[in-house]
Amino acid sequence: MKARVHVMLKEGVLDPQGEAVRHALGTLGFEGVKGVRQGKVIDLELDEGTGENSVREMCEKLLANTVIESYQIEVS
Amino acid sequence: MRAGVVVFPGSNCDRDLAMGFESIGAKVTMVWHKDTSLPEGLDIIGIPGGFSFGDYLRCGAIAAQSPICRAVSDFAGRGGHVIGICNGFQVLTETRLLPGSLMRNAGLKYICKTVTLTAQTDDGPFTNALKRGQKLNVPIAHHDGNYVVDDALLTQLRDQDRIAFTYDDNPNGSVGDVAGVLSENRRVLGMMPHPERAIDAAHGGRDGTSLFQSMLTVFADA
Repeated sequence: MKARVHVMLKEGVLDPQGEAVRHALGTLGFEGVKGVRQGKVIDLELDEGTGENSVREMCEKLLANTVIESYQIEVS
Repeated sequence: MRAGVVVFPGSNCDRDLAMGFESIGAKVTMVWHKDTSLPEGLDIIGIPGGFSFGDYLRCGAIAAQSPICRAVSDFAGRGGHVIGICNGFQVLTETRLLPGSLMRNAGLKYICKTVTLTAQTDDGPFTNALKRGQKLNVPIAHHDGNYVVDDALLTQLRDQDRIAFTYDDNPNGSVGDVAGVLSENRRVLGMMPHPERAIDAAHGGRDGTSLFQSMLTVFADA
């Protein structure tokens, strides 16, 4: 089985990299980009039957820093 | 005084920090990240600067899960003294021994220069040789030193006198100009600037010695 974890900065945490990307898009002539937030996608290949709770624990312990980041798990 | 310096793959200020401890007469033991326990009888542990595990995932995140960091957390939990500098500060936030987090510099650039700090406290084992408001010139060298805590926590840190140092001219976007913070019991310090690189006049200044002198007053008899 596979799981995909999306890690994003929490709302309210300034994202300097996203802001730089937004600025660069403006420089390229793309108008109307009001905000850019940059995150991470982490794909996990797991033994069959691995529970979503186990993936959640991985996120809490390592994959995300929950002080500044939130995460979402997709299991397929 | 006995000090330990943790060495991760990618640490590059471990020997500088060891020399900092040795400058006040400490006996220093280097501690490998795969070790599961610390040497007996240590007074203080240093987590050095560098790029532990290549800064993969997040700066300090992998190091924080290493076997030795469990031992360091236990040591701190028993009231042990810990100083984390630069990447060491990042490791201490990732282990949650210190609050907050260190994000990419606001200007997105790696910054390597000497900055002026103001000591915000003279209370505690790392700053007792300083005066409140005293200025120090100390080098920084980091890409991810932008300290983040929410407003409530920043207020709490100020109220508890746990902000050790601030930048006079904020180089990286840190909230409240914070350059270094203390744990609640004041025995764990994390800071982005490098006092261990400012102990020899030939390196451009000796302002970093004040931190080591502070430690000496605590551990002089140990």
